[in-house]
Amino acid sequence: MTTAVTSALAGTAGSEEMPAPGRAPSGRRRRSTLTRASGLGLGVAMLWFSLLVLIPLVAVVVQATRGGWTAYVAALTSPQTVAALQLTVGHAVLVTAIDVVMGTAIAWVLVRDSFVGKRVLEVVIDIPFALPTIVAGLVLLSLYGANSPLGLQWANTSHAVTLAFLFVTLPFVVRTVQPVLMEIEPEVEEAAASLGASRFTVFRMVILPSLVPAITSGAALAFARAISEYGSLVLLSGNLPYSTEVASVRILSFIEGDQLTAAAAVASLLLVVALVVIVGLEIVSRRVARHG
Amino acid sequence: MTVPLLRRLHTRGVAAVATAAVSSLLLAGCVGGSATGSGDAGSGSSGAGGAVIHLVGYSVPKEANGAIEKKFQTTPAGQGVTFEEAYGPSGDQSRAVVNGLAADYVSFSLEPDVTRLVKAGLVDTSWNAGATKGMVADSVVVIAVRKGNPKGIKGWDDLIKPGVKIITPNPASSGSARWNTLAAYQHTISDGGSAVQAKDYLTQFFNHVQSLPGSGRDATNAFLDGDADALISYENEAILARQAGEDFDYVVPDETVKIENPAAVTTKATPKAKDYLDFVLSADGQAEFAAKGFRPVVAGTPTGSVEGANDPANPFPTPAKLTTIADLGGWEAVNTTFFEDKTGIVSQVQQATGKSQ
Repeated sequence: MTTAVTSALAGTAGSEEMPAPGRAPSGRRRRSTLTRASGLGLGVAMLWFSLLVLIPLVAVVVQATRGGWTAYVAALTSPQTVAALQLTVGHAVLVTAIDVVMGTAIAWVLVRDSFVGKRVLEVVIDIPFALPTIVAGLVLLSLYGANSPLGLQWANTSHAVTLAFLFVTLPFVVRTVQPVLMEIEPEVEEAAASLGASRFTVFRMVILPSLVPAITSGAALAFARAISEYGSLVLLSGNLPYSTEVASVRILSFIEGDQLTAAAAVASLLLVVALVVIVGLEIVSRRVARHG
Repeated sequence: MTVPLLRRLHTRGVAAVATAAVSSLLLAGCVGGSATGSGDAGSGSSGAGGAVIHLVGYSVPKEANGAIEKKFQTTPAGQGVTFEEAYGPSGDQSRAVVNGLAADYVSFSLEPDVTRLVKAGLVDTSWNAGATKGMVADSVVVIAVRKGNPKGIKGWDDLIKPGVKIITPNPASSGSARWNTLAAYQHTISDGGSAVQAKDYLTQFFNHVQSLPGSGRDATNAFLDGDADALISYENEAILARQAGEDFDYVVPDETVKIENPAAVTTKATPKAKDYLDFVLSADGQAEFAAKGFRPVVAGTPTGSVEGANDPANPFPTPAKLTTIADLGGWEAVNTTFFEDKTGIVSQVQQATGKSQ
């Protein structure tokens, strides 16, 4: 019974992959492997993707250009906006770099080592991601605010921005690297070691190349999350212009002042920055995968 | 994650682009439809009984509104009327109504949020023609200090003494935070100072600002949890927090700004909404505002005893020098002069202080 079902399923799958000769003679023009069913699937996926992502993005860009080029430039060259963008992007880069190192290390520990409390750590690692950001802000405020039990009064300083970014982006690299690390066969490392490679060489030549795509995609997620962060900073950063005010607060301020075009201009710039970073990381990832 | 998707897009581009084009047309249709529909902001149900008033407002007077609604429902005009409330930050709520949120009665923290609805044709231009000029509750800017006032803060000039740390809500992202910044600036003018001296004071003031939380309530929380010496707040906010058991003092400075909170009925509202607005402006309605720390807009409203005020028997002392927005030329002029990005006085002051920090 089970076998029959399996083979029937396999049969269907097989016939889906190979288009019947009579059905799609024009299909050979391209390398497309689309059948009618998977074409429908792609159509639904694209419709969904367009409704949720592409059209809103286009709307932001259209809104940003509504006031003309001069208004766009004026919004982005306001010294307060420039300061906010520098702070946001600069800290996002810094935090992403820290995440890459620490995230990979944490994933390594979680996969390769067994220790007391490992299960707990596994669960706790997701908390910054699962927590509502305003709660994250409260947590950080109680630790680093005026009544800090650690004696670290970092609220209302740019350290607060770093901390909040680090807190909310922590799980991304860990969670992308972890499954890949689990897939790597220890035999490959043992073979390399038996051929005389040092532990560092094994890591650099064998493990790292397979991890890089996961690290870069985790880094891209962490960076994108950091430049958009707002909730955890509301209570923590103090929103001081030129010192702790981030880009999302700037956008909010423009909206409050009924300057939608200026708000969209800042938003569109963040969009471009995110795109550049994501594409850049993808290029790095491919280059390493090819040469590594 | 996104890149494999993009890669697939290359090979299956045509179908995808076609679908995207179709879907954008569909969405454009939806947007057009909702834009024309947004005019129907009111509920339209106007039966004698069972009318629903959609109340959209800013969060601070929520409790006062609740008490007034209950009283209204016991009057002949309010028989059978029910309320559906939506609360949030004033500016956000105002924009939500423009974007189609159903509203019969709107209550905001400052006039420009109603003006936005007037421009969108959702509130009649005569909304502020009444005796109270569209306002339903007043307050004044006050300085909240630690219990016992250890730094001896009596007025604005004490705030810029060495070591004093100030919290005030962010005038850029919170409309009502603008009252506070204006009060700080205007006190110099009220005392006979020049515009240059006032700007100089504001610069020193911002040098003492420790944080600029997003809203008045956030600022109160930051003050209660933090180590700042002074919080620039609203009298009603201070009284409400003290009613809720928070332990701090507040000072009504001699020179301060009068806060005026408007409310209006939308053009397509149920007639009951106008009855409700009339009730809000009656002695019964005003008394509820007073009980929660707001200054009544109707002269002669008995305030009774207001718990949480410095002196519950005389809760609303008249400041020696009270500036109104009208004195400053109205909100439009105030926003241009003070809060315009780059050119406004506050933007310039923040640039000067921000760079020195």
